[in-house]
Amino acid sequence: MRHIISILLENEAGALSRVAGLFSARGYNIETLTVAPTEDVSLSRLTIVTSGTDAVVEQITKQLNKLIDVIKVVDLSEAAHIERELMLLKVRATGKDREELKRLADIFRGHIIDVTESTYVIELTASGAKLDSFIQAIDAGLILETVRTGVCGIGRGERILKV
Amino acid sequence: MTMMTGAEIVIRCLQEEKVEYVFGYPGGAVLHMYDALFKQDQVKHILVRHEQAAVHAADGLARSTHKVGVALVTSGPGATNAVTGIATAYMDSIPLVVISGQVPSEYIGQDAFQECDTVGITRPCVKHNFLVKDVHDLAVTIKKAFFIANSGRPGPVVIDIPKDITAAKCKFEYPETIQLRSYNPVVKGHLGQIKKALHLLLEAKRPMVYTGGGVILSNGAEQLTRLVRRLGFPITNTLMGLGAYPASDPQFLGMPGMHGTVEANLAMQHCDVLLAIGARFDDRVIGNPANFSSIPRKIIHIDIDPSSISKRVKVDVPIVGNVPDVLDEMLKLLDAGNAGPDAEVLAGWWKQIEEWRAKQCMKYRKKKSIIMPQYVIEKLYEVTEGKAIITSDVGQHQMWAAQYYKFDQPRRWLNSGGLGTMGVGLPYAMGAALANPGTPIACVTGEGSIQMCIQELSTAKQFRLPIKIINLNNRYLGMVRQWQEMFYGSRYSESYMDSLPDFVKLAEAYGHVGIRVERPEDVEDALKRAFIDHKDDLVFIDFITDQKANVFPMVAAGKGLADMLLTEDL
Repeated sequence: MRHIISILLENEAGALSRVAGLFSARGYNIETLTVAPTEDVSLSRLTIVTSGTDAVVEQITKQLNKLIDVIKVVDLSEAAHIERELMLLKVRATGKDREELKRLADIFRGHIIDVTESTYVIELTASGAKLDSFIQAIDAGLILETVRTGVCGIGRGERILKV
Repeated sequence: MTMMTGAEIVIRCLQEEKVEYVFGYPGGAVLHMYDALFKQDQVKHILVRHEQAAVHAADGLARSTHKVGVALVTSGPGATNAVTGIATAYMDSIPLVVISGQVPSEYIGQDAFQECDTVGITRPCVKHNFLVKDVHDLAVTIKKAFFIANSGRPGPVVIDIPKDITAAKCKFEYPETIQLRSYNPVVKGHLGQIKKALHLLLEAKRPMVYTGGGVILSNGAEQLTRLVRRLGFPITNTLMGLGAYPASDPQFLGMPGMHGTVEANLAMQHCDVLLAIGARFDDRVIGNPANFSSIPRKIIHIDIDPSSISKRVKVDVPIVGNVPDVLDEMLKLLDAGNAGPDAEVLAGWWKQIEEWRAKQCMKYRKKKSIIMPQYVIEKLYEVTEGKAIITSDVGQHQMWAAQYYKFDQPRRWLNSGGLGTMGVGLPYAMGAALANPGTPIACVTGEGSIQMCIQELSTAKQFRLPIKIINLNNRYLGMVRQWQEMFYGSRYSESYMDSLPDFVKLAEAYGHVGIRVERPEDVEDALKRAFIDHKDDLVFIDFITDQKANVFPMVAAGKGLADMLLTEDL
């Protein structure tokens, strides 16, 4: 099962490598990982998308909590939450493809943020699955580059992750 | 407040932490700290012959005392040599503070002489580590390191200090207490869970208590002994937990696991309620987890580390907390109520256990002409009256020591259970000897293991450490040979050691006493000479033992606990 784990950790040198190292050392898988400081610059918020059985995910949470730099750990996906990922896609845009790509970007509520005679850069923010379907919808031969940030997520309503 | 250099601050902090011994080896990056050490006499420095032994010796001191062991090594190779020691302590949750020198801050990342990424290299095998970047952070960092090392589930902490930080000056202020927002180990167990556990235990028809290193580390042996005697349940202590419950007591079933007794393993397997305390259901203890879990039983697990609970085996009643605190609570509840276990039901269970025990699985055939290794341990137990601190290396001799020396007290048995590091025995004995003057100390080892830290015979001479080395010399890497005999068609690939040194002469060359024993009738006399006549000397006794002796019982790797191979001597 896919899980989105949100972590508040000390914004210190090496803290990220402790988290990443834990996953590789214990054989847990990381699908995506994003990290950035929060409104309190002494804290970083890290989001990891991983998959595993309930027992594995329980161990992941416990092992993360054991790291001295980790302050809080929440499995966002165990209750109502929102997830978003940002993607930049550079595509070959010539001839009749230009119009088609524009239309597709509109359907997916993306923006074209760079235009040249032969290329577009499309920006799209959505859930990971939505980004996947956008890629599916485009002729694979037209895709020049794909850059994705990885998922970040937040609990809905009063579900708050704070120190 | 006076200004102090970083180096002076480090030593001053060690004084504040009441550190008596630092084990170390000097080098370029730590010269300022060694200069500061020189100018005081409160913290004594033990100069080892290899950094690995510095960490092992600090570890041995910690295991035998409940204090934090401290090691000091230089940058680069000093730090990498220390890694095996750090990983060994990490696997067994031993509180250590390891201070490593680092190249000056401005050289970091430049591939400077004796530079390595110590924080990066040690990260997977420490509880936590620090790189100090500002002399103003130094004292607080050291305070944090000691706090982290010896609280919660203990473990090693590395502090990497660049050379320029040890020269820089600042005002010294040592915090009395420390608070970390991200680290608050639980102490008290959840009362509801404890009540639930007690209810299960009192209703049990076939109860069993299984305890590990956590009981030793948390100083919970006294509470454990009271609880188990009070309940009248059978108990087993793992390799790391020996001494938590008196081994000479009839309720003690011996060690469980790969080389556990029949009665301990079958009771583990067939109990209906298992009380696990400070143990982690290791593969060497429960064998195949699927097989172990296939038998229905309720499991109660007390541990300070939530990640140890339900890691390998699903637990029914988890209790997160400090072992002695939780056991105190259990005893209090038992005292308050009138309930006790059903004596009749329990008697039936004991009858079954006594049948298993009657198999006498630890019997072995003594030989007239050749020394059996088990016999040496039995005699060692008699001669030391069970009161010695025993350290061991890793292999057959380790198992025999664990099986045949009856540990009645905690912190008397020091060995590398988790990482299984050959070479720890002698440095462990050094740390234990310094921390426990007057207590007899024996290092049970083999001719393979002892050579992995043999250079420490020199350290032992310099500091007059009266260790007795019990070398069970069978000219084979015994445990490897045993596996090759059982599982590899007796193809003894690289397990025979040719060209062994003359250990008696070697001991003498280092200035110690060496004795060789080749006949069974001389074993006791040699031990008496070592422990009585040469009480204050290091004595190396080279016992030439049976080459074919194997450790039994044995549960082969991956098999269920009930699937034990027994000795043919029975």
